[in-house]
Amino acid sequence: MTAKNLPLTRRLILQGIGSAALIGFGDLPALAAANDKYPQEAFKQKSDADAIKSLYGKTAEASDKVKLDAPEIAENGAVVPVSVTTTLTAVTSISFFVSENPSALAASYLIFEGTVPSVANRLKMQKTSNVTAIVEAGGKLYSATKEVKVTVGGCGG
Amino acid sequence: MASTIRVRATVNGELTEVQTLIRHPMDTGLVKDAQGAIVPAHFIQQLTFEHNGKTVFLADWGPAVSKDPYVKFGFKGAAKGDDLKIRWVDNLGATDTITTKIQ
Amino acid sequence: MPVQVLILPLLAALALALLVHPAPAADAPNPVADAKAFKTYFATKFPKLKLEDFVNGPYSMSEDMRRQWQEKEQFPPYEFALEAGKQMFATPFKNGRTYADCFPNSGIGIRQNYPYFDEKQGKVVTLELALNRCREANGEALYSYVEDEMASLTAYMAFTSRGKPMNIKIPNDPRALEAYEDGKRYFYTRRGQLNFSCASCHIQGPGERLRAEILAPALGIMNALPIYRSEWGGMGTTSRRLITCNSQTRAVPLDPQSDEYRDLEYYLSYMSNGLPISGPGARP
Repeated sequence: MTAKNLPLTRRLILQGIGSAALIGFGDLPALAAANDKYPQEAFKQKSDADAIKSLYGKTAEASDKVKLDAPEIAENGAVVPVSVTTTLTAVTSISFFVSENPSALAASYLIFEGTVPSVANRLKMQKTSNVTAIVEAGGKLYSATKEVKVTVGGCGG
Repeated sequence: MASTIRVRATVNGELTEVQTLIRHPMDTGLVKDAQGAIVPAHFIQQLTFEHNGKTVFLADWGPAVSKDPYVKFGFKGAAKGDDLKIRWVDNLGATDTITTKIQ
Repeated sequence: MPVQVLILPLLAALALALLVHPAPAADAPNPVADAKAFKTYFATKFPKLKLEDFVNGPYSMSEDMRRQWQEKEQFPPYEFALEAGKQMFATPFKNGRTYADCFPNSGIGIRQNYPYFDEKQGKVVTLELALNRCREANGEALYSYVEDEMASLTAYMAFTSRGKPMNIKIPNDPRALEAYEDGKRYFYTRRGQLNFSCASCHIQGPGERLRAEILAPALGIMNALPIYRSEWGGMGTTSRRLITCNSQTRAVPLDPQSDEYRDLEYYLSYMSNGLPISGPGARP
């Protein structure tokens, strides 16, 4: 089973396709994330578009139901607090992309039934960049984007 | 040896809020040291949270997650005194696990 | 010649007049008046801030930065340094004694009293210096003033004093007053390639941007030390910050815990008497 097949397979799992289609996986609950493989390929992609495609196999539409919180100007590009929350339901995944980073995908989270579709984390940003949060809900992708400025520290040496 | 994982898991009504801070360099593999040699990539790849044997949250991280990584999330269905098990695996195969009681 | 005889005393009088400091202030140091003027200056410059807000440096000066800081303070990155400091503090020396034996109140909740003037030795003693003196007295090797151990230890001690008001004493001893004045002089003296004094940024420029940084006010600046800097990816001592600030303004940095640095710390801490200890602090 190659990494390339996984995003598609994960999507099938999340849509509740019967395990008959998942040869080699054995008995799986509707959300098999406990066994979920690390999305190696997605983390290697350079652009947002390629990383999203690798991770989810589809594209996102902007939505005001995805609330992305990130600073205007990062106090320091090494530790930028970024969080997202959403009013969308049936959320299965939340991920963060920093378009100007060497690889756009920064972090991806699996959201389970009973888990609140809201995540706060701290990311590295190499330079001023768009930060995008993707929420996978009901099998579709919704996004919100914000530009975060990253400057070279003045007295930071 | 002390665990690398620090966690605060608190119940508030029907919701348990979990905050985790983990001691880990999260080296990107793109930075040079004082001698000019590349510091090899060394970062947590997967972090899982389990309650009552079920995964409630799973993080797939790349090197763009900050050093001494932090994450906050919430989930329903837990009670004070329940166990929360947290485990991470990094790109070098190192791992750490901790089980904590939800407050 | 008669004219020269007349001119010389006139010239001497003129020279003397020019040498006399034009300021009407008294020549004797007056720390109490200085501190009052210091606080009044900042209160006037930032009327919306409460005195205790100044200990948070740039975070009281920018809402965007404040939010980022508050988010991180929920579970601060310096948590590990703090734990390390606590553990180090409790670990006995080879001779069985501990740091608690060197300090009043077993070293807990006393950070706000440092630096103090050691009248026996006639010098300013900072917390860092006191910790190394303790180590030396107990047969242990000294810690570097700019590395992790000292940073962790002072972070822990600062943490046990959080919220307590800075309480620096200047005894009625001419040597103490001299140290205070030396510190004050260092603060206001321009130096280095950029010809900045500490005051250039921290009196004239707080809240302003110096390239991408928002400058912290001098009032309360000592209260947050030691600091975890995102820039350093770790906790750093007061010594380290003074040295790096000198380097960054292209002035020659002094040795850690040199007379000037200790006196500077003495002066600045005294200026912030009454303001709460906020250390260990987090900064960009």
